[in-house]
This record gives sequence, structure tokens and C-alpha cells, in this order.
Amino acid sequence: MPLVQEIDFGTPPSKAEKMVSLTIDGFAVSVPEGTSIMRAAMEAGVQVPKLCATDSVDAFGSCRLCLVEIQGRAGTPASCTTPVAPGLVVSTQTDRLKQLRRGVMELYISDHPLDCLTCAANGDCELQDMAGAVGLREVRYGYAGDNHLTAVKDESNPYFTFDPAKCIVCSRCVRACEEVQGTFALTIDGRGFASKVSAGMAEPFLESECVSCGACVQACPTATLIEKSVIESGQPEHSVVTTCAYCGVGCSFKAEMRGDELIRMVPYKDGKANHGHSCVKGRFAWGYATHRDRILKPMIREKITDPWREVSWEEAIGRAASEFRRIQETYGRSAIGGITSSRCTNEETFLVQKLVRAAFGNNNVDTCARVCHSPTGYGLKTTFGTSAGTQDFDSVDHTDVIMVVGANPTDGHPVFASRMKKRLREGAKLIVLDPRRIDLVRTPHVEATYHLPLRPGTNVAVLTAMAHVIVTEGLVDERFVRERCELDEFRDWAGFVAEERNSPEAVEKTSGVSAELIRAAARLYATGGNAAIYYGLGVTEHSQGTTAVMAIANLAMATGNIGRPGVGVNPLRGQNNVQGSCDMGSFPHEFSGYRHISDDATRALFESLWGVTLDGEPGLRIPNMLDAAVTGSFKGLYIQGEDIAQSDPDTHHVTAGLEAMECVVIQDLFLNETANFAHVFLPGSTFLEKDGTFTNAERRINLVRKVMAPRQGMADWEITIALSEALGFPMRYRHPSEIMDEIARSTPTFAGVSYEKLAAEGSVQWPCNDKAPTGTPVMHINGFVRGRGKFVITEYVPTDERTGPRFPLLLTTGRILSQYNVGAQTRRTENVVWHEEDRLEIHPHDAEQRGVRDGDWVSLASRAGATSLRAFITDRVAPGVVYTTFHHPMTQANVVTTEYSDWATNCPEYKVTAVQVMPSNGPTEWQEHYRELSEKTRRIAAPAEAAE
Amino acid sequence: MARASIWRRSTMLPERLVYMANQIGKFFTHQGEEKAVAAISEHLALFWDPRMRSAIFAHLDAGGEGLDPLVRRAVERLKETAARH
Repeated sequence: MPLVQEIDFGTPPSKAEKMVSLTIDGFAVSVPEGTSIMRAAMEAGVQVPKLCATDSVDAFGSCRLCLVEIQGRAGTPASCTTPVAPGLVVSTQTDRLKQLRRGVMELYISDHPLDCLTCAANGDCELQDMAGAVGLREVRYGYAGDNHLTAVKDESNPYFTFDPAKCIVCSRCVRACEEVQGTFALTIDGRGFASKVSAGMAEPFLESECVSCGACVQACPTATLIEKSVIESGQPEHSVVTTCAYCGVGCSFKAEMRGDELIRMVPYKDGKANHGHSCVKGRFAWGYATHRDRILKPMIREKITDPWREVSWEEAIGRAASEFRRIQETYGRSAIGGITSSRCTNEETFLVQKLVRAAFGNNNVDTCARVCHSPTGYGLKTTFGTSAGTQDFDSVDHTDVIMVVGANPTDGHPVFASRMKKRLREGAKLIVLDPRRIDLVRTPHVEATYHLPLRPGTNVAVLTAMAHVIVTEGLVDERFVRERCELDEFRDWAGFVAEERNSPEAVEKTSGVSAELIRAAARLYATGGNAAIYYGLGVTEHSQGTTAVMAIANLAMATGNIGRPGVGVNPLRGQNNVQGSCDMGSFPHEFSGYRHISDDATRALFESLWGVTLDGEPGLRIPNMLDAAVTGSFKGLYIQGEDIAQSDPDTHHVTAGLEAMECVVIQDLFLNETANFAHVFLPGSTFLEKDGTFTNAERRINLVRKVMAPRQGMADWEITIALSEALGFPMRYRHPSEIMDEIARSTPTFAGVSYEKLAAEGSVQWPCNDKAPTGTPVMHINGFVRGRGKFVITEYVPTDERTGPRFPLLLTTGRILSQYNVGAQTRRTENVVWHEEDRLEIHPHDAEQRGVRDGDWVSLASRAGATSLRAFITDRVAPGVVYTTFHHPMTQANVVTTEYSDWATNCPEYKVTAVQVMPSNGPTEWQEHYRELSEKTRRIAAPAEAAE
Repeated sequence: MARASIWRRSTMLPERLVYMANQIGKFFTHQGEEKAVAAISEHLALFWDPRMRSAIFAHLDAGGEGLDPLVRRAVERLKETAARH
């Protein structure tokens, strides 16, 4: 298995449709107008020597190596910056060109170390390759003159080094940072011979604005910017294309290996979600896979106060199965359940829900999407007819107005955020609805036209007020509505939003956003051309999360922004497989493909496939499971890959529920917080250790490929099968592809999906079936899945979580670029250098009132509980609003969040908690107690002790 | 935190079930009485586990304190339907 090699065409492709014919080295070539001669040559199989050109960035024309001769034209133009023209006759190799190139290369090498044999890039160095390509045989200038060979290496970044002694100042890194990532952290400092690449204001990389996306490292043609893992372990020798296990963008990567050691993850240019870009997590933060905290042996214990005891797989699986059966015999069939994970593959989640429905004999299965995007499923299914976003990511290239609601793409979905920023730099307009001034509001060469800093909990009021403007100012796309939507419901809705109480002026006081701003934003959204809405958990994690999703859908339908590239409603999914875990039937009320369990025909289909009778009543949602545990009717839980004790709201309540259970089985990489309350631990495998598929936020099904054997011996899907077998319900699969075959047989939207097709196409977006054999990038093109679009009245109902004298501030929670969800993976990587603890963002005014200084410990208290953390004073949050992340278990931000949840789905209201912030001396008593509990419950008995 | 306060928040207990049902009711209220009663009833049937429905039926039998009028009607209707099957 060799390294997957990608062709570098030198310059990006032209999007022109008109073709141009020319001759290059005697070959007739036909390419789109606007293509560079360099690219045209490469497409014809002729590689023009180059250094400063690479096809991820625009041509620059600085290295002077790619010169060509064109018949009838004077000089030797750079092929990277010279576009093709009809009838050109181009020569890429002449005596004159050879001489020129050798001269250029001689100059480069005269200021470059000659340590090729010990250089980390040896074997993967374009400078070395080009020296060979141009036939460089001597450097006549010697090395005694001025040079940069003693320039100091910057090793501040945990993942890569910057060695200016090896830099040829080609600017590829600077341009990648600008054009691909959009951060503008790098520049060329100085002029002429003094020119040098500089991070920020000549700072170390770690202290600069650099976000460590890796684009510069990837673009570098020498060893100047290179991964530390390559320096330490050498060049990889084979690679496998797979899919990142962080976030809902679903980036494709080449896992580059040496033997069974992962050397580096390199973003895959043909990845249809990321097109060769990456972020700090996917690119670099994979070290958790081999972290010393990984649990590699199954463990059991009688009581959660006992130390863990390592046992065989047979004993652990047997214990879990016998306990589950005992509980069912004692308390009833519905006394146990399971939780699937959005971090696991489609195949694994499908198996867990199958296990629950077929082997447990009930529908008590839920997924972590319960606490993030369950309102998306309900809201979009109601309005459009399908529980998913409408577009592919590429759609943003056609967007004129981007409206971001309750999402922070540069932190949560950084690779797609770079696409957004690129489009914004090209001139698209931006509207942001968010209580915080997220980075997108103002970032280099991007500035939101309107930022609506609404008060947490008022999304529905503001979105409905925008609809008021659209309806009352005659901005409705009447033709679209007439042809595509339910007219009676539209009229009811239009009458409702037109009421004065829904006007921007009426909601100004509630939302804290000026009526003028709401009106301006609504006008821009309705009239600015192709308008697309991207939203996140700032929409869904509210008591009216589902209503807000519907309000967004209403806006899109009213303005005709559905059913073509550039528009649409796009939920930005948090974890890698949120979409997939929902698709796979992880909810207690529906089978795969979002079909309700009460539907007799669907149930009959699965009964026939699985050979069992299935229950037609909905099961318990996660919060209901915990409630039922506390009240005594729910006693056993199988959790695959989730950490509800850290991620779910109202920690005291979650842990009380877990403590009340008699058998909690955890399948995970690490002894997570939930494992503190577990009786059986089944060690899980990482995404590197198994085959499967993830489905990203654009409904794209990507292959996950095994690059190394499971370190603990079994892939997760195999563990679920073993458990099912022990429960007397054998599942017969030899490979995850067979699970996908069953999914395809039983799920109409996946009918055309197979591993063979995914391998051939690279990926496909569901629906993928006879009507759409290669998938569906944009949905609802000629009609909504439900037939006609349904407008829904979105009455604003204020949350019952109110501020008052005791709790005068509103807390909203979120995530940060370098960390992921509960941090189980990223905290076990070098990413902690950017975020070693959760901090509380507080406005200077609120901080001053309380005597809080930057970095002080503060207590954060709500009616649910209290924790302590350090303060970060910033005007990014509005007065009256505080913000924190939930990445660190010792902070446990969810001790503070409450039990309030979305009316339709019970998605928790993480985004609105009334709190008080006061100076404190350090961790609370509860935190200290929890630390002790964590240490105690994580004890693993020594073999001798275990044997006694 | 005392266990008692956690129990008060349990969705298996009447006051939480009443709160959740009323929350659902508020969304459908604008549809007019008959449609709203049907929609609330359907939502409870489609998404509530049987033990939750049983618990709110029991609460209804005990007087149904706290249920908003439309929600109360919806629960009554659901209970009647359940009794027929």
C-alpha cells in the first residue's frame, strides 16, 4: 500500500465553461478559459518546474522557475501567472529555459543548508526535487556571503516547527494563511534580501494569531514548516484516506503511516467537504489515540465505590448481559436502555439501536443529539419534510448573504468557516445573530454588515420580527410561496407575523436589539440575492429551540431561499456524526430514516429483517431515562461513546440518575466522568482503528477506514455484536459494509448506498437511491420532501429561566477552537496549550461591579448548582451576559445549567441560565468533593488485589 | 444538593409532567381549540414513553392540578383513546 499521491496542478482550476485550445510541447491541449499555462501543461502530463506555485492558492509568480517560451511572444513569462489563449504554442523545455532555471535554482541553493541527508523533509522536499528537475550540478557562488543559515528556529508551536534557515520566501505559507484559512497571521517582513516570513508582529508562532490549521505546513515546499511528528519519526511510507472524527464538517484526511505508527494527518484535496483544508483538531490533535489514559482491557466491579477489576472480554460482556437480563426480570422489560454516540460510526449507532429494539425489546434508545440538534430534526421535518440541512458546503460559493444564527463557525466548524470567510472576502454580506461578538463579526478582511447582539433566549422574537418586516414591507417571494408552499398556512402565518406585537419595535425591549437593526437585517436577507442561513446550538439549545428552527425555515420559504445553490437552511452539526446518529434511528420514537415506530409497515419491515416482534410505543429520552432512574423504574444503561455526566445539563440530576441505576455499562476510550458511576467498562476503539462511515452536516456519507488494528482488540461494532450475542440475539456481520447493506435495504434514503459506491464516488449525500443514484447535494429543488412547504406560527414564549436579584446575569455556554465537546480527546493532546481550563467571559462593567479582575477565581452559581473558575474580562459579551465552555471536567459548567428544555424534544436549555458571579478563593467544596470522587472511582485494582 | 430537590424536578413526577405538557400546549394554542387539543394529544402519543403517559393520566385522575385547560382536554382525549385500545 503506497502513499496516496495527489497531483499538484500548480494553480487552482478555472470555473469558466468556455474551452481554449493550445499546444504545449507539441501536445494539443484544451482547457477552460482562465486556466494557467502551468495547469494546462500539468493536465497534459507535462510538469513545469515550480516552487512558489501550488494549486491551493492563487498564482504569485515570484520564484521564476516555471518560465516558458511562447511562440511569437517576447521573453520568458511565468507559466503560473500566464493564462492560456487560443492557438498558443508553448515550449516548457528549451536550452534558454534550462539555463535560466539552473541560474535561479543556484541562487536559491546558495542560501540554503546542504543538510539534505539529515533533513526531516528528505524524501518530501520540493526544493530538492526541483534541484533535480532543473539539473543543478554546482553552486558557483559559494556559501561565504550573506545568508540566513543561522536564523533561529521557532519551536513554540506544539505540532510544527518553523526554521527560517530553510525558508526560500516563496510566500506559499503566507498565501495559504490568507487565501485558504483566512486568518492573515503570516506576512513577509522586510524587503529584498532581508525578506522573511513572520508570524504576527515578528512573534513566535504560538503567541501570534496563528490558529494552527496546518495550511502553511502543507503549503511549504521545504522543511521550513514541518510537523514535529515527521521530525521525530521520519517520513511516512503508506497512507489511507479516512474521515476526521471531530466536528460536523467531516474533513477527509490522508492518514500517513510508517508501519502501524500514525505519522501525520494530511487533509485530502479530493475530500468533498474540506477540499484539502483542515483545522488544528483534525490535522494535529490525534495523539489521544495512543494516550496513556486509554483503557485497553475490559473491567467490571460490583459497586461504584469498588476499584475496577480487569477481566476478559467474555467475563465483561457476560456480566453486562446477565445484569441486563436480571434487571429486566426484576423490574420489567423497559427498565433498561441504551445511548448511541455521534462520535461513533453510522454502523455502530445502527447496531446499538438495533440491540435496544430487538435484544432489549423496548425503544429506550437515545443519542447525544438529544442535547444538541434534536430540535433541528423536529423543526425541519415539520416545515420541509426531512430532518436535515438543505445544502452542500460548496453552496456557499454561490451565496450573496450569509446569515449566521447562534453559531460560532470559526471555533466550532473552522474548515467551513474558512470557506465562509473566503466568500465574504469576495463580497458576500454577513448578518450575525448572536449574544456574543463572535470572531466572524470582525476578522481580517471580513466584517458583518449587521450584528444583532440579542439577549439570550429571544431568538424566536427576533426571527419573527424579521418575518414581520418581510411580510409588511412586501418582500415576500410570492411566486415561490404560491408554487411551493401550503397557502392557507402561509396566510395564517403572514397574518400572525404582521401583528404589531411581532414588529421590531415591539420586540426591541425584549431582545435588546434595536428595531432599526432588525429591520435592516431583514431587508438585506430578503433582498440581497441568494441568502443562506447557517445556524448552530445557539438556536436549538433553548426552551423554544424547535420553534426557532421553524422560524428560520419560515424566513427561507417566505423569501424563496430554498431549492438551489447559494441559499437554504443549514444546521451546523456539532459532532462528527450527529447527522448520522439521527439518521440511523437513534431516537426512541423512530427507526432509521426518521420513520415513526408506530408505523406498522416500517415496524413490519424490521420485524421481518430481524426476526423479532418490535414494540410500537416510544421509549425514554435521555433526560427521561435519568428521571425514571431516580424514581425507580429504570435500572440499567448501555452507553457507547458518550459522557453524559459531563455533557448533559444539571450535573447533580444526571449523577443522581446514574447512581440510582444497578448496571451502567460504558464503552469508551477513557474512564470518562460517566464511568465514575459505571459497573462494566468496555474499552472502545478510535476512528483510526475501525471501518465505517460518518455523515456530516451536509448529509455527506464519508468512509472511515481502519489504519491500524484496535489497540484493545475489538472495534466498537464488534463489541455491540458480542453483547447482543450474549443477550441471546446474535447479529451476523463480518464487516461494517454488511451493516451498511442492511441499512440500505431498510432505509429508503440510503437505498443506493454501499461501500463500493462510497469508494468509487469518494462520498455521497443522502438521499441516495434510484431517483438520485449519486446522491443529493441540494434538497427541495423541485418541491419539498413533504410536498408543499409548511409555514408554522412561531409564538414567542419567554423562557421560565429568569434573571432576578439572586441571579442577575445570563450564562450561555459554548466551545472553543482547540477543544472538542467534553474534551475527552482534545484534553489528551497538546491542544491544552491553547485552552488549559474553562474560563468565564464577563463584561468589564459586570466585572467591575463585582470587584473581579482578569484571571481572578469567581464562583458561578445558579439555582441548580455552583462551580468556580477563573474570569476573563472581555467586551465580546454584552453587559448582563457571561459565557463559558464545558471542556474541562473539573469546571463542570453543567453543574450550573438547569433542567429546562425544548418543548418538543427536551433538548436542554444550555444557552440560558440565570446566574450570579462573585469573587471566590478557588474551587468550590463540590469541586473538591468531585475531584476526590473521581480519583476514588477510577482506581484499578492491581492484578494480585483483583485475584483475591 | 439534597435528593428531595432532584426528585421535584423529575419528569416522572406530576409537577414536571404538567410543566412539560403545558409547554407543549403553549406551542399549539394558536391553532384554535380543537386543532390544538388534537395536536397536543398527538404529540404526547408520539413522543412520550408509556410510563410518562400513565403518570399524567394518574395525575388527571387525581384532579389534574396545574394542567392548562387545552392540555387537560388533550390528556383526557389521549386517555380515552388509550382506554379504547
